[in-house]
Amino acid sequence: MIKFLIKGILRDKSRSLLPIAVISIGVMLTVLLSGYMRGVMGDIIDQNARFETGHVKIMTKAYAENKDQIPNDLAILEVDELMAKIQQNFPDLKLTQRIKFGGLIDVPDENGNTKGQGPTSGMAIDMFENKSGELERLNIESSLVTGNLPTKSGEIIIGHDFSEKLNIQVGDEVTFVGSTMNGSMTFQNLTVSGTIRFGTSAMDKGALIMDITDAQRILDMENATGEILGYLPDEVYYDNKAEAMANRFNEIFKDDTDEYAPIMQKLKDQNNLTGYLDMMDSYSGIFVGIFIFAMSIVLWNTGLLGGLRRYQEYGIRLALGEAKGHIYRSLIIEAVIIGIVGSVVGTIIGLALTYYMQVVGIDISDMLDDATMMMPSVLRSKITPDLLYIGFIPGLIAMTIGNMLSGIGIYKRETAQLFKELEV
Amino acid sequence: MKYLIALLILPSFLMAQNAETIIKKVDANINSESAITTSKMIIYGKRNDRTITAKGYSEGDKKSFTEYLSPAREKGTKMLKLEDKLWIYSPSSDRTIQLSGHMLRQSVMGSDMSYEDMMEDRKLWEMYNAKIITETTLEGRKVWEIELNAKVDDATYVKQKMWVDQERYVPLKQEMYAKSGQLLKRVLLSDVSKIDGRWYPKKMNYKDMLKKGKGTDFIVLDIQFNTKIPAHIFTKASLKK
Repeated sequence: MIKFLIKGILRDKSRSLLPIAVISIGVMLTVLLSGYMRGVMGDIIDQNARFETGHVKIMTKAYAENKDQIPNDLAILEVDELMAKIQQNFPDLKLTQRIKFGGLIDVPDENGNTKGQGPTSGMAIDMFENKSGELERLNIESSLVTGNLPTKSGEIIIGHDFSEKLNIQVGDEVTFVGSTMNGSMTFQNLTVSGTIRFGTSAMDKGALIMDITDAQRILDMENATGEILGYLPDEVYYDNKAEAMANRFNEIFKDDTDEYAPIMQKLKDQNNLTGYLDMMDSYSGIFVGIFIFAMSIVLWNTGLLGGLRRYQEYGIRLALGEAKGHIYRSLIIEAVIIGIVGSVVGTIIGLALTYYMQVVGIDISDMLDDATMMMPSVLRSKITPDLLYIGFIPGLIAMTIGNMLSGIGIYKRETAQLFKELEV
Repeated sequence: MKYLIALLILPSFLMAQNAETIIKKVDANINSESAITTSKMIIYGKRNDRTITAKGYSEGDKKSFTEYLSPAREKGTKMLKLEDKLWIYSPSSDRTIQLSGHMLRQSVMGSDMSYEDMMEDRKLWEMYNAKIITETTLEGRKVWEIELNAKVDDATYVKQKMWVDQERYVPLKQEMYAKSGQLLKRVLLSDVSKIDGRWYPKKMNYKDMLKKGKGTDFIVLDIQFNTKIPAHIFTKASLKK
C-alpha cells in the first residue's frame, strides 16, 4: 500500500508540493535557529569557562560575595596546600590559579615622563610552567598579533587595540601602577613581549597578561591567589558533574564559619549564567512549541483544502466499498510520507545553512565597543547531533496532526448521500 | 510691613553670618601659610593592620610634598602636588608618574583616604556656603552642626556636615556627601591640642562609608606651622632625590 501511496504522491504534485514546501521551510527555520542559539550559547559558555569562571571556581567566601570588585585583599592564602587537598579529593579536576587585578599602564617617553596612560584589566595565569595547559586553553599563542609569549619574569603581553591606543611597541618598557593585596600602591616596570587579540571586546580593550609568579610578587600575594579554576576532563562542561563536585566540596567546608574559608561555585552559578542559559533554553522550547502549533494549523488548513479537492475521490472510494477507517489510515500514512520527505529536505537545508553560519558567523564587534560582558565578537551557529531531530520530529508531527484533524471529515460522510453527491 | 520683613529676614542673615565666621575661624586653626608634618597612618585592614609613617611639607593650598618613611615597601615613595596636579615617585621602578582622572579617586596606600581627599587643601569658606543647622553636644563638648554646600564646581564633595567645637573652633566630626545625598566619608577628629597658639586635632579617623571596617587613623606626630620651606622641595626634581 505504501508503494501505491508514494506513486500517488509523486504523480499528483498538487497533493504533495505545498505541504512539503511548508514543512521544509518550517523545519529549516527550526534547525537554523536552534543551531544558531546552540552556537551562541555554547560560545558564551565556552568563553566564560576559559576566561572567567572555569567549570568550577574556588574562592574564599568573602571574595565570592564581592567578586565583581576583584577583592584581592580577600584572596585565598596558602594556596599550594589547598590545591593539593582539592586535587586529592578530586583527582580528575584540572586546577589552575588565576589572579585578576586592575590598575594603570603608564608609558614613559625617552626622558621618563608620562607619554600616555590607560586603565588596564590584568589577568595572571600559569604561563611559564604551563602545567595546567592555560596557554592552549586561552588560545594565547594563536591569538598573538605581534611579538612573542613572555619567557622570563617581567615580561607581559597586552591587548593589541590597547597597544595601538597607547602607541606601545613590542619590546617597550611600561610601568604598571596598581594596588597590592594589602592596598599599598605598587609600581612595576614591565616589558611588552607581544600583543594579543582574543576577539572579545571586554578582554581586548585593556588586557594585560602576565605569569602568575610575577603577579604574586608585584601584588604581595606570595602563595596566594584570587581564584582557583577547575576544569573537567576533556575540557567539556557537564552541569550535573560540576554541581555534584561543588556540593561535595562545599559539604567539606560547611562547618567552617571563617569568612576566608573556600567555597566552590560551578560555571552556571557564576556571572548570572543560570538565568541567561535557562532563558535561552526556554526560548528554544517555546520556539519549537510555536512551530508545531503554527505548522499544525497551516497543514490542517492545507489538509482541509486537499480533502475538499479530493472530496469526489473519497466519495467514489466510499461508494466502491472502501472502509472509512481504511481511507483515513491511508490519508495518515500519506501524511507521514510527505512529513518525512518535507522534514528530511528541511533538515538538510537547515544543516547546510547552519554549517555556513558556523564557518562564517555574524560579526558584531562594532556593537560591542562598550560591552563589559564576556561575549564573542563573531556569533556563530553550531551543528550538534540534536539538530538532526529537533526540526524533523515537529515537522512530521505537525503534518500528521494537521491531516488527522482534516481527515476527520471522512467519517462525517453519509453513504446514503454519496450517489446524490456523485451525481453532482 | 517693610520693618516686619526685615525683622523676619535678620535672624537668618545673622545665622548665615555666624556660620561663615565660624568656618573662617576653623580655617584659621587648620590651615596655615606653610606646615611641616610628621604623621602616622594606621590602616585597619580585614586581615591585618598596617602603619605607614610619612613626612609632609605644604605651602598654602597649592603646593605639598610627602615622603613616606616606613614600612620598607613604601619607604622612599614620594608625592608632589602642584596646583591640581599630582605626581608619585616610586623608588622600585625609578619612575615619576602623574596621576589623573579616576586614579585620583583611588585610595592612598589602601587607606580610607583618596588622593582627592589628600589634595584638598583649600579653605572651607572659599569652597562652601555655610549654614548652622543646630547646636548640640558631641563627646561632651558644645558644638554647632553646620551644613556646607559647595559654591565651586570642582569641590570633591558637594555637601558636608561639620560639628564644630564652640570653644576651640575645631571640627570634631565631618560627614561628606555625594550629590545624590549618599554619605561617602566620615571623619572623627580628636586629641585636640594647642600648637603654636592654635587648636589642632592631632588624630583623625577617616572612614569610607562604602567600605566595611574600622577606617584609617591619621595621627599627627609632629607639626610645625609657618616654617620656611626651601623652594626646591616643591619641584619634580626633589622626587628623585
